[in-house]
Amino acid sequence: MSLKQRVVKEIEVQKYLITSLPPRRIYLSTAVLAVVTPVLSVAVALLIAALLLFSTGKDALFILTEIFHTSFIENFSETVVKAIPLSLAALGVALAFRARLWNIGAEGQFYGGVLVSTALALSFPNLPAPVIIPMMVAGGLLGGGIWGLLPGLLRAWLDVNEIISSLMLNYVALLLTDYFIFGPWKDPNGRNFPVTASFSDAARLPVLVDGTRIHLGLVFAIAAAGVVWILVSRTKWGFELKVMGDNLKAARYAGINITRNIVIAFVLSGALAGLAGMSEVTGVAGRLQQNLSPGYGYTAIIIAWLARLNPWAIILVAILFGGLVSSGFTMQRVGVSSGLVTLLQGIVLFCVLGGESLYRRLVYQTALRRSNQSQVKE
Amino acid sequence: MADIDFIKTLATALAAGTPVLYATLGEILTERSGVLNLGLEGMMLVGGMAGFAATAATGNVFVGVLVSLAAGAALALIHAFFTCSIGVNQVVSGLSLTLVGTGIAAYFGKPLVGQAAKDSFQAIKSPVLSDLPVVGPILFSQNLFVYFSFLLVPALFFFIYRTRAGLNLRAVGESPSTADAQGISVVGTRYLYTMAGGALVGMGGAAISLGSNPNWQDNITAGRGWIAVGLVIFALWNPWRALIGAYLFGGMEAFQFSLQVAGVPISSYFLRMLPYLLTIAALIFTQWRLKDRTGRASSAAPSGLGLFYLRRERG
Repeated sequence: MSLKQRVVKEIEVQKYLITSLPPRRIYLSTAVLAVVTPVLSVAVALLIAALLLFSTGKDALFILTEIFHTSFIENFSETVVKAIPLSLAALGVALAFRARLWNIGAEGQFYGGVLVSTALALSFPNLPAPVIIPMMVAGGLLGGGIWGLLPGLLRAWLDVNEIISSLMLNYVALLLTDYFIFGPWKDPNGRNFPVTASFSDAARLPVLVDGTRIHLGLVFAIAAAGVVWILVSRTKWGFELKVMGDNLKAARYAGINITRNIVIAFVLSGALAGLAGMSEVTGVAGRLQQNLSPGYGYTAIIIAWLARLNPWAIILVAILFGGLVSSGFTMQRVGVSSGLVTLLQGIVLFCVLGGESLYRRLVYQTALRRSNQSQVKE
Repeated sequence: MADIDFIKTLATALAAGTPVLYATLGEILTERSGVLNLGLEGMMLVGGMAGFAATAATGNVFVGVLVSLAAGAALALIHAFFTCSIGVNQVVSGLSLTLVGTGIAAYFGKPLVGQAAKDSFQAIKSPVLSDLPVVGPILFSQNLFVYFSFLLVPALFFFIYRTRAGLNLRAVGESPSTADAQGISVVGTRYLYTMAGGALVGMGGAAISLGSNPNWQDNITAGRGWIAVGLVIFALWNPWRALIGAYLFGGMEAFQFSLQVAGVPISSYFLRMLPYLLTIAALIFTQWRLKDRTGRASSAAPSGLGLFYLRRERG
């Protein structure tokens, strides 16, 4: 087949993709895709998890219903508490992903924000809340932003692979946190546990709903979703990011300042993860301790991708995954390793990805077949 | 600084670099076929866990190695199916593989945590050679994993650059449509080398849990899988340079450990950051050299890396 024939053929197929299906059916199938694929994929993921549990001799049905019951009915407020850092970090990750910048370093950026806000809380124990809380918010944004700056700069100037550099910094941030809580920041009255002293009451985010641990961070998360939504879909800069993600070469020819945008995207992405860290340490823990994050930064990546980078969808998906994360304790109670949480996340992601791709392949092949049939008729 | 035994440090460097070397070689094989597999961390963990468990069950380390090879290949098969058959984004699929692998290792490895390996690969002094001064204790008093890697590196180099099958492999990675036109099965080749690479990565995990650190704990790899992904770039997809990179990493690991033992007044937390910072530095060095030589920071990656190949023109 000559090149020309091939191009003609490709156009033919694309034309069929657009025209052969009546518009309404396209809308219908997209809507069906949007609902059925995730639901079916989660169902398949649960089935796999059940089989796994069953194969290791556990009562799968009991465990899964128990998890669902605790996470989404009995203790829903805890799920929301977990969803706060998850959605903030996921919003950050989504911002970078929009430009196809693979920021895998949300975990490290989370700790960047934690470290700066903890430093502020410990150094100024006497400031009133209206002063210290804005300071810590700024500190959290700054700490996360600094942690995101390095991979951004390296990517922008030398095209250093940002996946590796941002990921390596996760380990550095964790070690730095350990250094502080085992060393200079260790609570002298903490019976030698690796924790800092408790923050002053002023340096703790206020609780929003009485009787729960839901804190002011929820407002940050919703505000951040709004800001990201405006940035991404209502500003020129957001459009530039999208062009960069779709076609970097085209973006360069269009005169978009790629170097600058990469750095800004990484800093903003890190800043949001830092805000997640700040809200977690000041809203929930009230002091810095080991393993503050059960892998929020990694879960955030899944959330961002499953929500197709849509800021509002991120909040919803984050609540779903908040339930999964908070079920870690339930699992320990019923005698299952919390490693299952990570495993479940991976399986859900695989199933959803697979479901979407299979659907797209099916649509494409249908169009290909129809275009072939019409050629035979001609 | 005075108390550091340099010969011992270098010997430890080789032992510590070998697991990463296996993972890097496996990923080179995979990426040469155009498949980017970011699931290394998970595959290493599962390989290490499965090998450890099999050794604990049978008492035979060689069974353990075989199981780790199979476990790595099995996880890689998932990645191959998702990326080569149904066209999921390779980065995202690799990330989910890391999660799945980490989860499997944590879930099934829980009863093993804290156990010492029932049997492991001990250092074997090779006759005559190990008596050589300096070189003897560094190169020839190592475990079987290290010796086998001495053979594997030249073998892989020869395979990739000097054989027909290696040429086909590179063709699939550089230009899948050309390879397809030549009658090479793109999808088949990618499946094959993704799984072969995955097997090596799995063995890299076993080289930790049955070799350099023969016990089991959660997250025993501590990011070595990700470091291996970085070293592939540093190695410019060449097995010999992978050897340099892996030993550089192992050297840093051994060096920071010697410093800790020698009681240097630097916090051990900062010393333990060094291997990760070294990986970033190695990448900066690689890109900077490339930019110096070609005038712009281009990549030496196979051109088809990360792209889904779908044959379209067949009517």
